[in-house]
Amino acid sequence: MTEATQRKTSLSPRVCSAIDRWLTRYPADQKRSGVMQALMFAQEENGGWLTTSLMDAVADYLDMPRIAVYEIVSFYTLYNIHPVGRHVIYVCTNISCMLNGSDRILSHFKKRLEIDCNETTIDGKFTLRETECLAACTAAPMCQINKKYYENLTTEKVDAILAELE
Amino acid sequence: MSDIEIEIDGKPLKAKPNSMVMQVADEAGIYIPRFCYHKHLSVAANCRMCLVEVEKSPKPLPACATPVTPGMKVLTRSPKAMAAQKAVMEFLLINHPLDCPICDQGGECELQDLSMGYGSAESYFTEGKRAVKDQDIGPLIATDMTRCIQCTRCVRFGTEVAGQRELGAVNRGEHMKITTYIERALHSELSGNIIDLCPVGALTSKPFRFTARPWELTQYPSVAVHDCLGSNIYVHTRRGDVMRVVPRENEAINLTWISDRDRFSYEGLHHIDRLAKPWIRVDRRWQETDWSTALTFAARGLQRVIVSDPKQLGALASPNATLEELYLLQKLVRQLGSPSIDHRLRQVDFADQDDMPMMPGLTMAMKDIEQSDAILLVGSRIQQDQPIAALRVRQAALNQAHVLAVNMMDDDVCFQQTVKRIVAPHQFVNTLAAIAKALIGEQPEWAEIEVTEHDSIIATHLQNSKKAVILVGLAAFNHPEASHIRRFTQCIAKACGAKVGFLTDGCNAAGAWLAGAIPHRAAQAHPVSEVGLNANTMWHEARKAYVLFNVEPDLDCANPVAAAHALEQAEFTVAFSVFQNPLLSDYAHVILPIAAFTETSGTFINAMGDWQTIKGMASPYGEARPAWKVLRTLANLLHLEGFDHDSTEAVRQEVESISVHPLQENTGSVPVLKASYAALSRIGDIPLYAGDSLVRHAKALQATQSIIEGELAAVRMHPALAAALSLKPLDKVTVKQGRYHGIRLPVILDQRVPEQAVYIPAALAATNGLSELFGSIEIQK
Ligand code: SF4
Ligand code: FES
Ligand code: FES
Repeated sequence: MTEATQRKTSLSPRVCSAIDRWLTRYPADQKRSGVMQALMFAQEENGGWLTTSLMDAVADYLDMPRIAVYEIVSFYTLYNIHPVGRHVIYVCTNISCMLNGSDRILSHFKKRLEIDCNETTIDGKFTLRETECLAACTAAPMCQINKKYYENLTTEKVDAILAELE
Repeated sequence: MSDIEIEIDGKPLKAKPNSMVMQVADEAGIYIPRFCYHKHLSVAANCRMCLVEVEKSPKPLPACATPVTPGMKVLTRSPKAMAAQKAVMEFLLINHPLDCPICDQGGECELQDLSMGYGSAESYFTEGKRAVKDQDIGPLIATDMTRCIQCTRCVRFGTEVAGQRELGAVNRGEHMKITTYIERALHSELSGNIIDLCPVGALTSKPFRFTARPWELTQYPSVAVHDCLGSNIYVHTRRGDVMRVVPRENEAINLTWISDRDRFSYEGLHHIDRLAKPWIRVDRRWQETDWSTALTFAARGLQRVIVSDPKQLGALASPNATLEELYLLQKLVRQLGSPSIDHRLRQVDFADQDDMPMMPGLTMAMKDIEQSDAILLVGSRIQQDQPIAALRVRQAALNQAHVLAVNMMDDDVCFQQTVKRIVAPHQFVNTLAAIAKALIGEQPEWAEIEVTEHDSIIATHLQNSKKAVILVGLAAFNHPEASHIRRFTQCIAKACGAKVGFLTDGCNAAGAWLAGAIPHRAAQAHPVSEVGLNANTMWHEARKAYVLFNVEPDLDCANPVAAAHALEQAEFTVAFSVFQNPLLSDYAHVILPIAAFTETSGTFINAMGDWQTIKGMASPYGEARPAWKVLRTLANLLHLEGFDHDSTEAVRQEVESISVHPLQENTGSVPVLKASYAALSRIGDIPLYAGDSLVRHAKALQATQSIIEGELAAVRMHPALAAALSLKPLDKVTVKQGRYHGIRLPVILDQRVPEQAVYIPAALAATNGLSELFGSIEIQK
């Protein structure tokens, strides 16, 4: 039985209104159904990653236990809890991609960017992450950069993609 | 729907439709190995240990998550089932450390037990095992998270039972771990149950850890003594010492759970403040002495006072004393010629004592709370005061019951409250009156009562309910207008057909009423020739002699200041006590060390009216003696009649042999309002772990209390009140009640407190300079 926790939100008015709009899709007593998108809004505004206080704010905003939000954030690779570069590269290394040479693709990314997985280039441009199946097995190996899928990767293609990204 | 016939291991069985194979097997006494399944938790089916063969199913199925179907044939020990179970065990052991010799769970570990049956002697796993960093989750529970097998029982307990989701499973796959994420102590007042739930040694009891092995312990059934529910417990002892307390299943009371207070209070039994020897005061100096000297001294001292006027003797007893002790005590005091005996130590308004039932209590079963469709809490911080009862309220709320509250503190609680009226103590009766008025309509006596919108909503919910329950809690009992609160509550109950339940102080208030430890009735509610003084008046009209029965006057009484004054003037005070106490050391004349609840036999009557008799199971501390024997010997020294019982059983039989005196039905006239008496009043609740001396001496609970409740030696007020008084947090103020000196305390802002009140908890050394728990109060800079 604790003191009523301070429900002061650190979410910006823009994020709040985006969440409010999103929540209209769900019954009023099931606000928490919108948690994933709400976290996405908060993450996008914060430069691609979530602080603990943002997670807490989302939890409080949706009236759900904070630990439940931590569980979600830590479960899905699409949330980051550390600062990330401008572009986040998710390389799929699950079975289909692996059979089609995702190891080579991943190590090529590492070599080109001079970072390991879960690291960010010094110039703050790229963060590299490994991920499980993104449901594009037919075009394996693949990766996702920001919100876009890049498929049937080869090392040459990777070079071209990196060159294109600002 | 009619029962389904199935067969498990060739045994034909009947099963309820929708039940799971596991449930049916459990009922039939067929054991299927399991880790994640627990009958009071939802089915997670994540450990797969319970795989069984089901005829016509190509793959083994988890028994805990497979519903029964007609004609189903289950094999729990066929080669296919056993192979599946063994394979699961092999996987579980991949990451489990082999540290049983240094693990506190050893000997009572479900994984250890099952690996005996299903584990293989060798492992093919040559890779490194995973390791998880431990977290500090508070003074009660130790963590060794590398041992966790991720059954999620602990997580489900928080979410489903306690209603406080504090632990979670973060990350995924190999990296998944059970954690609070942000390192913090668990706040649930039921957290200790996850120690029992955890099938491995990942969550163990911090105070018990490394002190004993399970096979060294002897288990005794007993009853918890810290709230009026009397949760069932087992006390585990080793060579006469209490080592720990665990729950004993009782579907009618506590299911398989107990509160942390009931689980960890045993630590107080070993506190250095325990009294080991009798003490007497000779020429102002304390002397350690033997029992016969001390008792003769006590008898002489009492006689000296009684010779001139026996009514100058007052007896106060703890509501945690046993039925037998209370019965003998009142018999002794009454035979000495004094009518003044009471156990209602924190109460001040006794105006309706003649209308009280023989044993104030719930008047209903715990499951009636759960099955009600509207619950009105009246002055009850139920989650703090009776955590196990709060679980029933929570269940009711989950079943769509409306929980309504008229309370003084706006706590975060584990159940949804439909409407709450959070009011200062001096507005409390008015608020109940308003609800009564909204229900019954205008009465000439109630012209001035204003009905707010919330009052009418509460009234409407009560009116529309089919099975309403009103629970009157500790704050209502200790309130200066407690009799009015009870009258209005009865009035509301009558108007909406609700049942009224009293959640009384201590673990044996019902027993105390029945035993006659009240000034206006003898045992079994027999009338007395003269009504004695009540617990409060006994202090205000100071007596020449006192018998204090396990009472810490500065912490257990409504008015510690008056108590100290009265004791200072008294000519002779006999204190039966488990612990040392500064006020007793200053003013008592004899201190008799008595046995704690694990060291004596006796009966407790809980709020449901169940008589629960327990046996002594541990050796008394030092030379402490069971109090009933001390009372018997003292009575004999005083040459009183009828004190020759040779066991508590004999005392209990004597109580039972007295015929029950029928009581008049309460007339239930329309209650009248008193004028409001204050502008600012004190909320003097008893903090989570301060209710009785044993809890106050339990180290880990005390540490937990300071984490959960924060600084208690403070004046907590609503930010709006602080602003109005131009006070900032941590400003020191003088708080003053009536004619007594004030005390100085820092200010803390707290949204839970209503604006016309301040929260200054009682039962603390820092606040016992205040004289009324819920009276008006002044604040000066
Ligand atoms: S800590 Fe214990 S109860 Fe909780 S998930 Fe792990 S093994 Fe299960
Ligand atoms: S395995 Fe890479 S997309 Fe499915
Ligand atoms: S007990 Fe059935 S899966 Fe765990």
